[in-house]
Amino acid sequence: MEKRFVYADNAATTKISKQVLEVMLPAMELYGNPSSLYALGSKSKQAIETARKQCADAIGADAKEIFFTSGGSEADNWAIKGAAARMEKLNKKHIISTAFEHHAVLHTLDALKKQGFEVTLLPVHENGIIRVDEFISALREDTGLVTIMFANNEIGTIQPIEQIGAICREKKIMFHVDAVQAVGNVHIDVKALNIDLMSVSGHKLHAPKGIGMLYIRKGVAIANLIDGGAQERGRRAGTENIASIVGFGKAMEIAANTVDSRIEKVTALRNRFIDGALKIERSRLNGDRDMRLCGNANVCFEGIEGESLLLMLDMQGICASSGSACTSGSLDPSHVLLAIGLPHEIAHGSLRITLTDENTIEDVDYILEKLPPIVDRLRQMSPLWEKIKKEENK
Amino acid sequence: MYTEQVMDHFANPRNVGEIENADGIGEVGNAVCGDIMKMYIKVEDNVITDVKFKTYGCGSAIATSSIATEMIMGKTIEEALSLSNKAVVEALGGLPAHKIHCSVLAEQSIKAAIADYYTRQGIDPAPIVGVIPECEGGHCH
Repeated sequence: MEKRFVYADNAATTKISKQVLEVMLPAMELYGNPSSLYALGSKSKQAIETARKQCADAIGADAKEIFFTSGGSEADNWAIKGAAARMEKLNKKHIISTAFEHHAVLHTLDALKKQGFEVTLLPVHENGIIRVDEFISALREDTGLVTIMFANNEIGTIQPIEQIGAICREKKIMFHVDAVQAVGNVHIDVKALNIDLMSVSGHKLHAPKGIGMLYIRKGVAIANLIDGGAQERGRRAGTENIASIVGFGKAMEIAANTVDSRIEKVTALRNRFIDGALKIERSRLNGDRDMRLCGNANVCFEGIEGESLLLMLDMQGICASSGSACTSGSLDPSHVLLAIGLPHEIAHGSLRITLTDENTIEDVDYILEKLPPIVDRLRQMSPLWEKIKKEENK
Repeated sequence: MYTEQVMDHFANPRNVGEIENADGIGEVGNAVCGDIMKMYIKVEDNVITDVKFKTYGCGSAIATSSIATEMIMGKTIEEALSLSNKAVVEALGGLPAHKIHCSVLAEQSIKAAIADYYTRQGIDPAPIVGVIPECEGGHCH
């Protein structure tokens, strides 16, 4: 097969789609301040409100419940810190989350712990899914917030959001969901799922970087994020990023309207990759095989280290990611892989391939052609692999 | 992130493999940390006549071991012992700060191979080679 360029790191970020770009380019010229009274300003305002409606419709919300942010991390911070401020007024100090949240959630919770909040992180088990009975056992009288990701960013496992939502609503506990990875890859109806707060990021669904949103259910009181003008109903002040908002609205509309066909197509691609990759000896799939995002495959290869694997894939034109320590920029492998119980030496050898509907069978087959000889080459020079084989032959 | 030299040594590592009947074998690092380097040396008349390595680790771990083998090939034991991790980093045109420990491992793997060589000769290596920590930088678990 000829050398190709295969972008298979869509959980990291996605390419801006043509349709999104098409609506953004003219929006770049909407320079009128949306808060201004004259027609030029109204035009900008209108563009923003159209996008807000698109975002709302995509998740079954009302436009008044959509608040634009700079992205997923900001939305997570706002939801959690804003809810915590509310909890203080209610004399509640317990928060429930999971061990493998995104750092935008985990580090925010760390900051709150320093302020006296108590946090329970639910275990995620080998399959990468929390257990509802363990969630119920973790509930306390003073639990004021539950924050659980819809689907994990590294291993793609989908959490029992509907069941958790029903329990939270019944107990009147605020329920925040980080849906950054899930939007466009699963059906989301915030009303049916009893979600109070939900974070979404634009650049994960073919919109640009620097735009996202927080859904705040009507009647849910959390502290404002930025004080200033009346933008975002006074809760997140600052003159709006019009073009990005317009692009984001379009991306949300497309994501929701095409979710069924995307799930069907991308699941087939992903399964093709998983089946092929697992033919490599001493490999394993991380996270539940079925309850995972349609585009996510996360596989470990024993005896090799993830960064060198990524570099060699890159030389073949393949963009992927890994949870090894070297790629995380820290000394430990990814907290997600450790949370599902992988030993360090196996977690170092992980490979994450994340596909979208822009990928093709040819892409997957190209990866499957290049991957086995690369793994083999790295293993041939690995003293760890030598040990593994010696143990095998004992 | 990496210099051209690092990528060259990573993509085309020199002296990969094992030496049968090696005169000294040194292994440092561990799987938990994510890097293991194993050096094989052949010594004749106090000169390193052949050297091979095997490395489990990231791109810079492979590149540092590769260039280190080149830097000690044909050198005397004393010259090889004087190879510092700094020299390895310089020869590669620099390493990112969080990858410096790879160069330390490369230096130590050579020292470990020489220590093994001395031990096989019935010479206590400790006064000559010094103590090689089991794990560099204490970053392991």
